[in-house]
Amino acid sequence: MIETRNLTKDFGSLQVLRGISETITDGEVISVIGPSGSGKSTFLRCLNLLEVPTSGQVIFDGVILTDKGVDINAYRQRMGMVFQHFNVFPHLTVRENITLAPVLLKKRNQQDADRFADELLARVGLLDKADEHPRRLSGGQKQRLAIVRALAMEPEVMLFDEPTSALDPEMVGEVLAVIKSLVSAGMTCIIVTHEMGFAREVSTRVLFMDEGRIEEQGSPEQIFNHPVSPRTRAFLGKVLR
Amino acid sequence: MFANFGPNLLKVLGRYWGLFLQGAGITLLLSAITVFFGAILGSLLALMRRSRLKPLSGFALGYVELIRGTPLLLQLYLITFLLPELLPMLNLSKFASVTVALVLNSAAYVCEIVRAGINAVDPGQTEAARTLGLNARQTMVRIVLPQAVKNILPALGNEFVTVIKETSLASTFFVGDLMTVYKTAQGATFTVIEPFLIVGVIYFVLTFSLSKLITSFERRLKASD
Repeated sequence: MIETRNLTKDFGSLQVLRGISETITDGEVISVIGPSGSGKSTFLRCLNLLEVPTSGQVIFDGVILTDKGVDINAYRQRMGMVFQHFNVFPHLTVRENITLAPVLLKKRNQQDADRFADELLARVGLLDKADEHPRRLSGGQKQRLAIVRALAMEPEVMLFDEPTSALDPEMVGEVLAVIKSLVSAGMTCIIVTHEMGFAREVSTRVLFMDEGRIEEQGSPEQIFNHPVSPRTRAFLGKVLR
Repeated sequence: MFANFGPNLLKVLGRYWGLFLQGAGITLLLSAITVFFGAILGSLLALMRRSRLKPLSGFALGYVELIRGTPLLLQLYLITFLLPELLPMLNLSKFASVTVALVLNSAAYVCEIVRAGINAVDPGQTEAARTLGLNARQTMVRIVLPQAVKNILPALGNEFVTVIKETSLASTFFVGDLMTVYKTAQGATFTVIEPFLIVGVIYFVLTFSLSKLITSFERRLKASD
C-alpha cells in the first residue's frame, strides 16, 4: 500500500533520514519507536509529502507520489493524519471541523455530511459537543475530534504523529482506546509513539528508528523481548523499566 | 500673552467653530478613504508578497521597503507635484492627489499588518488542512484567513488612528483638513496657542474614542475565540 525507496531528508546540513526503504501492506499496524531526533516524525510526514523528501520515492497504491505532476491533494484525501498538537480548527464548531473537507472535496451535501459526522462523534463519545467550538474541549476530546475529522474523509490509512505526547496523563487512555477501536476495525495504521505498552499491544510490526535509519524491525514480541541490535536494547533499557 | 488666553480662545471658537467641525469632518473622510483603499491595495500587496512568483513578491517587498523607508511628507510632495504632470488628462484635484499619496503610503503598512496577521496563524492549522486534501487556496480561504482576520482587524483600526494623525501633513497642500483650519484661524486672528489647543483637543478626542472602540471590539473578538 505504501512503499518508500531509499528515502532521504536533509534539513540544511542535518541529515534526518538516511535512506529508508520500507513496504507497508494493507491491514498492517506499524508502530514507529526510537529516541527523539531519530527521524520518526519526519519519516511519517514524508509519507504524505508534508515534508518533501530530499531524494528517494514514496509510492502509494502504485503511484509514485514524489514524481512531478502528481496531484498530491487527491492522495492526501486517502491518508488521514493526526498530529501531536491536535490542530483542530478553532473558528469552526466541532461538527463543522468534521464536515468541512468532505463537503468541499468529496462534494457531499451538507445533510449527509452532518449525519455522518454525528455518527462518528457518537462513536468517540463527543456527540453532545457537536455544536460547541473546540475551545471548550479538553486535550483528549480535541484529539478524539482530530481523529474523527480525519476519518470523515474515509481514508485507507491513518498516520499518527505522537498522538498522545501533548496530553495530560489521565487523557492518554481515552485517545488510545479510539485508536485501538480503529485497529480492531481493520484500519491500516502507522503510529509514531512513545507509548511502548500500547505499541506492544496493538502493532503487527514495530520499526525501531535511530539516526535516520530503521535500525531494527519485527513483531512486537521480537522487538520488545528479544531485541538484537545493541542500540535497540539500549533504548528499550531506558524507556522500559 | 496668557492674559488674553480665555477671551482669545472664545473668540477663535466663536468665529471658526463651523470651520473646525468641517475640518474634523474632512480629516475623518480623508482617513476613512485612505484606510479603505489602503486596506484593499495593502491586502493585494500582501498576497503578492506571499506569491511564489519572484517578480511579484520582489515588487511587493521593494514597494513596502521604499514607502516605509522614506518620509510621508516627501511622498506627498512627490505625488501631488508628479501625478498631475504625468496624468494631466485626469485633471486631479489637490484633494485627490493627496488622497492617492496617502493611500499609496498606507497600503505599505497594511501589507505588513495583513502579512503579520496571516503569519500569526499556527502553521499546524495549514498542515491539518493540507493533510485533509485541501489545496493551498482552499486552505487560505477556509482555514487561515478566517483566523487571520481576528489579528488583522484590530491592527487595521490602529492604522486608522495613525492615519488620522498623519493626514495633518496634508495641510501642507491646504486641502481643508483639520490642520488646514488651524492655519486659517491662526492667520486671521493672529493667535497661535489657542487654535493649536482647539485642534489638538479635536485630534485627541477623535483618536482616543476610536482607540477605545477598537479595544472593546478586540475584546469581543477574543471572547468569541
